[in-house]
Amino acid sequence: MDALSRRRFLKISAATLAVTSSAAGVAKFADTALGNGVPPRGVQKIPTFCDICFWKCGAVAYLRDGRLWKIEGNPADPLSRGRLCPRGTGGIGAYFDDDRLKAPLIRRRQRGEDVWAQVTWDEALGHIAGKMQAIKARYGPEAIALFSHGLGGTFLKHTVKAFGTPNITAPSFAQCRGPRDVGFHLTFGEEIGSPERTDIRNSRCLVLIGSHLGENMHNSQVQEFAEAIGNGASIIVVDPRFSVAASKAKHYLPIKPGTDLALVLAWMNVLVSEGLYDKEYVAQYGFGFEAFAASVAGFTPEWAYPETGIEASLIRETAREMARYRPATLVHPGRHSTWYGNDTQRSRAIALLNALLGSWGRKGGFYAPASMDVPGYPYPPYPKSEKGKVDNPGAKYPFALEPITTGIREATITGHPYPIKGWFTYATNLITALPNEPETIKAIRNLDLLVVVDVIPTEMAGWADVVLPESTYLERYDDVNVELFREPFVALRQPVVASPHDQKPNWWIARELARKLGLESYYPWKTIEEYLEFRLTKAGLSFAELKQNGIIHGAPQPNYFEDGLEPKFPTASGKIEFYSTVLRDKGFDPVPTYARPTEPPPGAFRLLFGRAPVHSFGRTQSNPILNDMMDENEVWLNADIAARLGFAHGSYVKLRNQDGVISNRVKLKATARIRSDCVYMVHGFGHTAVRLRRTVGRGASDAQLITRYTTDPLMGGTGMNVNFVTVEAEA
Amino acid sequence: MTPELFITRHNELVDPFVQVWSWQIPVYLFLGGLVAGMMIITGFSLVKGRYGERSCICSALPGVGLVMLSLGMLALFLDLEHKWYVWRLYTTFQPSSPMSWGAWILVLVYPVLIASWLVRPPALLEDLSQTVERASAWLQARPQAVRAMGAASLGLGVALGIYTGILLSSLGARPLWSSGILGPLFLASGLSAAAAFTHMVARNEHERIEMARLDNVALTAELGILALLMLGLFSGSAPQMAAAGLFMGGAYTAPFWVFVVALGIVMPLIIQNLAVAHRIAHTPLAPLMVMTGSLALRFVFVQAGQMSHWAHGVLGVIRH
Amino acid sequence: MARYGMAIDTRKCVGCMDCVVACKTENGVPEGLNRDWIAYESAGKFPTIHMEIRSERCNHCDNPPCVACCPTGASHVDDLGHIVLVTHNACIGCKACLASCPYDARFVHPDGYADKCTFCAHRVGEGLDPACVMVCPTRCFTFGDLDDPQSAITRVLESRRGHALLTDAGTGPRIFYLD
Repeated sequence: MDALSRRRFLKISAATLAVTSSAAGVAKFADTALGNGVPPRGVQKIPTFCDICFWKCGAVAYLRDGRLWKIEGNPADPLSRGRLCPRGTGGIGAYFDDDRLKAPLIRRRQRGEDVWAQVTWDEALGHIAGKMQAIKARYGPEAIALFSHGLGGTFLKHTVKAFGTPNITAPSFAQCRGPRDVGFHLTFGEEIGSPERTDIRNSRCLVLIGSHLGENMHNSQVQEFAEAIGNGASIIVVDPRFSVAASKAKHYLPIKPGTDLALVLAWMNVLVSEGLYDKEYVAQYGFGFEAFAASVAGFTPEWAYPETGIEASLIRETAREMARYRPATLVHPGRHSTWYGNDTQRSRAIALLNALLGSWGRKGGFYAPASMDVPGYPYPPYPKSEKGKVDNPGAKYPFALEPITTGIREATITGHPYPIKGWFTYATNLITALPNEPETIKAIRNLDLLVVVDVIPTEMAGWADVVLPESTYLERYDDVNVELFREPFVALRQPVVASPHDQKPNWWIARELARKLGLESYYPWKTIEEYLEFRLTKAGLSFAELKQNGIIHGAPQPNYFEDGLEPKFPTASGKIEFYSTVLRDKGFDPVPTYARPTEPPPGAFRLLFGRAPVHSFGRTQSNPILNDMMDENEVWLNADIAARLGFAHGSYVKLRNQDGVISNRVKLKATARIRSDCVYMVHGFGHTAVRLRRTVGRGASDAQLITRYTTDPLMGGTGMNVNFVTVEAEA
Repeated sequence: MTPELFITRHNELVDPFVQVWSWQIPVYLFLGGLVAGMMIITGFSLVKGRYGERSCICSALPGVGLVMLSLGMLALFLDLEHKWYVWRLYTTFQPSSPMSWGAWILVLVYPVLIASWLVRPPALLEDLSQTVERASAWLQARPQAVRAMGAASLGLGVALGIYTGILLSSLGARPLWSSGILGPLFLASGLSAAAAFTHMVARNEHERIEMARLDNVALTAELGILALLMLGLFSGSAPQMAAAGLFMGGAYTAPFWVFVVALGIVMPLIIQNLAVAHRIAHTPLAPLMVMTGSLALRFVFVQAGQMSHWAHGVLGVIRH
Repeated sequence: MARYGMAIDTRKCVGCMDCVVACKTENGVPEGLNRDWIAYESAGKFPTIHMEIRSERCNHCDNPPCVACCPTGASHVDDLGHIVLVTHNACIGCKACLASCPYDARFVHPDGYADKCTFCAHRVGEGLDPACVMVCPTRCFTFGDLDDPQSAITRVLESRRGHALLTDAGTGPRIFYLD
């Protein structure tokens, strides 16, 4: 068939060079893989797992005549179930991205000036090691901090720990899921984790508070969301914006931003006052219910109405709807939960609402994840730090479960409790991940060493002293993924193609750096395969089988109380803490209470941000395939307001925040699908990194406008939905 | 509240609305229509036996037609995206495709034009070539054959003229074009342009007046057909009404009413009526206006048609 | 001979564009062009809004105007399940088919020929689903033979209410959107 025989290989004009130069590399790798010296013909399938977001979906990469063709989900993988999300499907674009980092770079002028020298790995790592030793000599090894996101950072973490610093963190805690995990931890004694332990596929009633599933594309959750829809689950969506999820909802509650806690309190009030909660469950597993009930008695739906803008009757109706389907009612804990600074208490209220519905540990609620036992590699013990971690001196944020990025940033600026002089960042762009960019830059200016390890030249790389180009996930091994999910399994990431230029995998970078630092004893293994085989063999698993299939499943374990899972609540009381004595003892509300958020000034809108299904953070805008799907973001403004202000749909506008920061120009989306008191945009656009040629200057950056944040007093999370903007015509 | 439609597609030539054809196709359709009109006029002269006079317009029109048609074909060729496969038109006949019909009609049009031309070739050509002279003499000696050829020219002219309209109206996706009346409209317009051209260049006073009369008839018909077309659209479905709206306050209101209707039809109609009634002299002004109007009609219909859409009028379309 | 069609459950579809990305990589669709796409159609006044999300592409119509208007026969209804295909080296690039499609499903490939969704005929011929169907995380697609009373698509169309797009245009579209 002619139409088909003439089908052409993916044509990416801007990436021609990369493709051409990579062809040789691919062939070489393929030769090595086959071991017969003949370039492979036909289609090869290699299992691995994805790294475009950090969900770690199992995948199968396809090579056609030795060249990367496409990537699909691995049907054997419980996370992807054979289907990747759009970002994963477009993941091969990361390989073809001609803007990707190609060789190690050392800054030749002062920070902020874009002058670099391309150097060898030996020179780059030698330079870094020298600087690290100098910092260690003057300030101690703790003066080095590592910001690392995702599984890929395992070996770099190992190296800096071996060097002697405890200061290792990721924005995923204080800028993202931290409040949620702390709120649930304070209530049930356990965290939500990632992938979330939400049993969406069995939910008969699903409540989403600001969670825009479907736009937020965490694969398994979206698959299960669709399954729940197919099963006819009752869906309740609370969002100031008529999200995709809202369009699937039986009840859409267009809440006034910042008042979610009032709504949750009112829901609990209804469940308690109408006696609709799971009395048996609460009696059996609950602690301090009486005090809790007394505390929420005042938060009636009538009280909540003026706060939230949600009519009392609708609050009652939805509360009853939740009760109708309990315990298979899941009030989703969300993921990005750093909104207003009261986030841990809001998350705790959500945990308590779930507790009233009896959904924790129950089918259709929260399952208990299972995991396989894969022993770690027996390394020598890490040196003990006497100084302790730098981010949270005096346990200022007593419930922080993980180190706080912004705490390290603050210590870097102030030198207290002790100076931080070296930063490593791995796969995280702190310029856009942390609120208040000027503060981040201030901290960077205080550093003696900034090393950025990444696959693309991000804004953060622009500030670096040394940039180390990492191989993409398609070109490297990483540590084995021992997943916590419904069913236990381990998964392997393995190279599919060779790196097209002088990029190196994280394990190689970390090990070579360790060697330069005289820490060879921490890397007893010679090759990554040897390391992986050692760990897997210890676990009684076959490395060869894992290479062949990508996934090895473990024996099923009970996920629910009704399946024989033993109910355990590792809290202070050993029960579900409706009333928290640990909070009380630290001077916080033992039962969540409500405080009204600051209102936007007249003429201004609250700035809200979220996700698009085709991009991960700010990491994928230069991926040619995903950029082709969405090459700029838009600012959503209520259509009536837009008309009143005289802004046409599709015209370019700029946003000015309360501190006078003006955004890049951004397309206006005038729509009925948003409240009139807020604007919304997708995070990750408005790049200023000039080397991201495909995306620089396209769209606006919410991060740039987030100059204010409210810190959560419980755990140090940075509430970022507290910025207000006005809309201006593009000058 | 206006419904909102957001589409993630952004295909070149298709979004935000179809723009597959720019100047080449309107020019092709205009020249095609003009040649069609010329063939009708030539055919009429041949059938009527006027080729005996050297001043007969049938001496010049086929030659001009050959040039115009070739220019039109060149415009069409320039528009093709896969140019070097153009021969594929002639390895098949697709009965449902007006363009295929058109391709084959043109195969017939060329020999008929050449033959018509040879009946009474310009003196210059006769002087240059003995073969032409001989062929001409041979034809003139056979009035039956000439009449048959005239009839063929008439018939092919009508087919060609209608084809230029049907080409668009067969593309059912565009509500503005979705009317068979586009065939007669473009035929009338082509005939009026050809009559105007002839009116302008004819050396024979009798023919000039005759052409002005013919032009007036064609223009009147064109006006009537346009009115019917608009009426049809306005009494049609929402998308058709929205399509008509392009001329009634929409993007093509000014070009349509000013260049097509006022300057292209009404004004020349008035001028030529006065000329025919001997109130004013015959000048090239009105014919030039008619031809410009005829070209404008193609431009306006091709462009506005591409903007019209079955989803319009049903939805307030907002695209990414 | 089969008559392939698609049913897409609009209740499940979240408009994530995975179908679009999968089509890109499977078929090597050039950058900046799309064989499939997402339409978000909403109506109402905040907060009472109804929104339908659709994955759209060539409808492989029963009465395809693009095939009717094609002067060379390049656009044709293929023997394989009545799929509408384009023979690249028979296409002259006249673009009549682009203008004739009420779904605006066609575009001009940078190489000059008219291009569009093929229902992944190369996969379907091997018994696989089209790439967009195979990849969808919400499993909102049902692909199959509309003439086979036993096929999943026939059964889903019997059991659910649905609509096709621009049926007034008389094209007989074969992609159905389940309400």
